[in-house]
Amino acid sequence: MTERLVIIGNGMAPGRMLDHLFEAAPAAYDVTIFNAEPRVNYDRIMLSPVLSGEKSFQDIVIHDDAWYASHGITLHRGHRIVGIDRKARTVTSDQGVTAVYDRLVIATGSNPFMIPVPGKDLPGVLAYRDLDDVEKMLEASQKGGRAVVIGGGLLGLEAAAGLKLRGMEVTVLHVMPTLMERQLDPAAGYLLEQELKRRGIHVITKANTKAILGEDRVRAVELADGTLIPASLVVMAVGIRPNVQVARDAGLEVARGIVTTDGMQTSDPAIFALGECAEVGGQVYGLVAPLYEQARVLAAHLTGDTTPRFVHQDTPTKLKVTGIDLYSLGDFAEGDDREEIVLRDASAGVYKRIVLKDDRIIGTVLYGETADGAWFNDLKKKATDVSEIRDTLIFGQAFQAGQGGTPTDPLAAVAALSDDAEICGCNGVCKGKITGAIRAKGLTDLDGVRAHTKASASCGTCTGLVEKVLKLELGDRYNPAAVQPMCPCTTHGHDEVRRLIVAKGLKTIPAVMQELEWTTSCGCAKCRPALNYYLVCDWPSEYADDYQSRFINERVHANIQKDGTYSVVPRMWGGMTSSSELRAIADVVDKFAIPAVKVTGGQRIDMLGIRKEDLPAVWADLGRAGFVSGQAYAKGLRTVKTCVGNTWCRFGTQDSTGLGIRLEKFMWGSWTPAKLKLAVSGCPRNCAEATCKDIGVICVDSGFEIHFAGAAGLDIKGTEVLGHAATEDEALEIVVALTQMYREQARYLERVYKWTKRIGVPEIKRQIMEDLPRRKAFFDRFVFSQRFAQVDPWSERVSGKDKHEFKPMAVVGYQEAAQ
Amino acid sequence: MSIWIDIGALDDLPLRGSRCVQTPTGKIGVFRTADHRVFAIRNECPHKGGPLTEGIVHGHSVTCPLHNWVISLETGEAQGADKGAVETIPVRVEGTRVLILRSAIGARVAA
Repeated sequence: MTERLVIIGNGMAPGRMLDHLFEAAPAAYDVTIFNAEPRVNYDRIMLSPVLSGEKSFQDIVIHDDAWYASHGITLHRGHRIVGIDRKARTVTSDQGVTAVYDRLVIATGSNPFMIPVPGKDLPGVLAYRDLDDVEKMLEASQKGGRAVVIGGGLLGLEAAAGLKLRGMEVTVLHVMPTLMERQLDPAAGYLLEQELKRRGIHVITKANTKAILGEDRVRAVELADGTLIPASLVVMAVGIRPNVQVARDAGLEVARGIVTTDGMQTSDPAIFALGECAEVGGQVYGLVAPLYEQARVLAAHLTGDTTPRFVHQDTPTKLKVTGIDLYSLGDFAEGDDREEIVLRDASAGVYKRIVLKDDRIIGTVLYGETADGAWFNDLKKKATDVSEIRDTLIFGQAFQAGQGGTPTDPLAAVAALSDDAEICGCNGVCKGKITGAIRAKGLTDLDGVRAHTKASASCGTCTGLVEKVLKLELGDRYNPAAVQPMCPCTTHGHDEVRRLIVAKGLKTIPAVMQELEWTTSCGCAKCRPALNYYLVCDWPSEYADDYQSRFINERVHANIQKDGTYSVVPRMWGGMTSSSELRAIADVVDKFAIPAVKVTGGQRIDMLGIRKEDLPAVWADLGRAGFVSGQAYAKGLRTVKTCVGNTWCRFGTQDSTGLGIRLEKFMWGSWTPAKLKLAVSGCPRNCAEATCKDIGVICVDSGFEIHFAGAAGLDIKGTEVLGHAATEDEALEIVVALTQMYREQARYLERVYKWTKRIGVPEIKRQIMEDLPRRKAFFDRFVFSQRFAQVDPWSERVSGKDKHEFKPMAVVGYQEAAQ
Repeated sequence: MSIWIDIGALDDLPLRGSRCVQTPTGKIGVFRTADHRVFAIRNECPHKGGPLTEGIVHGHSVTCPLHNWVISLETGEAQGADKGAVETIPVRVEGTRVLILRSAIGARVAA
């Protein structure tokens, strides 16, 4: 007798299962399908091409009406199952149809997750799940206007690209810092973001949606930071949840999905689960390849062959947006037991990364050039030992075939180039021109070639090629080690990186690492703080300071001590204080039982031994007394020491205290390459010790002498004289312009005196004292930058910023920890 | 049977950042790396006991804020020329929650 097979759901997985079943045993079952959607089985993965207009619905139908008829399948379209009676072995639909089963397959798929924000139920807010959603999107797009897509994963980006092609203004909101973070590392996520922006799609990362606004229809999306984005259509594509309701109601075992064996059997032996709703081996699946594998296994079991078992395999991810090539597979996290091979070709927009463990591929991310994805996947699946071809692995399969697996000598490849082969694309410089210049001018280094030919003087990506030309021409006379790289993550030196950040308009750390071909995926503790400073300095209004790239002192605005406690120094402008300030400090010291109080070398009061957890409360009390952070921890403006000047002193020539306070109020909050200490002395007796400071001012009868480049630490060095200023305003302009020049030109952690030694006193005098328009420009850039820098970090944190920094994540008590 | 203790939500951990957990046997540092993996180690640098949670997180390592030792989050071992190791604590992420192994934090009570 024919058994009765009932299937709840008519998606791709049960469709594929039936294909297998009818092939193996055409007459074994009498099949009934209940489909909540009012249509036949279609290829859901191809909804994006339907949305973008590249395909029609007819193109993506898998099983047409004739197929159901020819297999004698009863298809109830638009019927949702509301109950399973396991004793009677029946299912009942919302339209009152009941069917009896011998075997039941639950293939209810998944539901889109809707973020529970106000307004999520407004008309115009859609998920992206089925053809109904696509039809509503197409309808909305015909009116034009603006769309917001919430979710920068696979589905969200495909929806965004489709809506853009349909003529809408599209903004993608993504809660994480980079797009598709589950499939892509930050570098590839950055490239993807650039490409989407190039196509006119706005992308906002780290975007927390607060509410969807509108009265009878969606009107705008509001972010947590208050940003309002107008929208006539909102698509939510933030994830899916297995649709397990009917199984749970029936009392089947349900975890994240409906729990099955590796033969797809649920806790009831007559019932099977298949597809996105099923959980096998603790995993639920959303991509089609593993779901089709489940379909194959289940079909075999239904025909009585129980040998096939579902085994987890990593599935590659691809983005279906025409013109964007992206491929990700397996585990691409870093690890000590892993090696990575990274290839970046910035001009071609290519990024490839292979992760190896024990000489075998375990993961890969490809962007821009994905042809070898399948080959890498194959090597991974077969766990092929790649040590023999490791050096050239990343160049792909064709390379191996051409070379027979032998790595090529890169120098030989450059030697083989003809004289008219282009080396520098930016400046159109060919190899012959470079070799000609080397011979004619007797050049011996990269800077010489840059000066005479312009090769490698723009984007710098051909630097390696130019160096090989030098090496071929000069042999051992060429010494490439002249430039010290910033850190082992790059071959570029600090100056080169600073030049390229400005020249190429690089505005984020991932952008710098991608464009300058960093060899690690997220840098190290040496380069990250340096890059963060360079970006803060060069793009003050645009760059979002990356706190995770700052040293702890700058992150918590206090100085870490050897026992892990902190010291706190409030600002006392120009070293002046008052009875009420001193009283407030005394109260704080008592209240928090601060163990040590000390007067610093910079005329301030230091409170030492404060527990990290107490910092916000200490600041709150100090803030109420009018104090701001003294930034005694910062690679930035520290203190301006002063003497009492002509206000009190019988030798004083000017108001040195007033000028010191004015300088400090003007310059506080600014970040600099290394710490910056100033002093103003009221007469040449120099009681404020201005002549061993980074910048010092000595007041004289005729005005102000400006000094700089002193040191009184590891090295002891008296200052150089920069020049004379007649008025206080002029003195301020010179000091500020010099600071800005130092901010823009010095290397990270390089004090003023070392920078001066490197570039020479005359060069600084030329730029600050002789070229007045340039001095004014430096001054103006500093003033602009201060608009974003002068925020008191203490009051920000008292009002709640970064509060996670100051609290433990959890406190586990004795009871809980007891065994 | 191993028992796991819930110590908070994954979202409480900043990316490329860390938080500390107080236990009767001392502080534990919990780290979240750029690739979204989570690690836990004793929060004491093997060099001079520096609080590793205050360091800069890069790759699967953290640089101690006191003297720049680089500690592997996976093995707890000091990298490069420095020698020493800090105890690693089993940690896992379940959905949106982060859990640590109870026996690992109680171990020193027993000893």
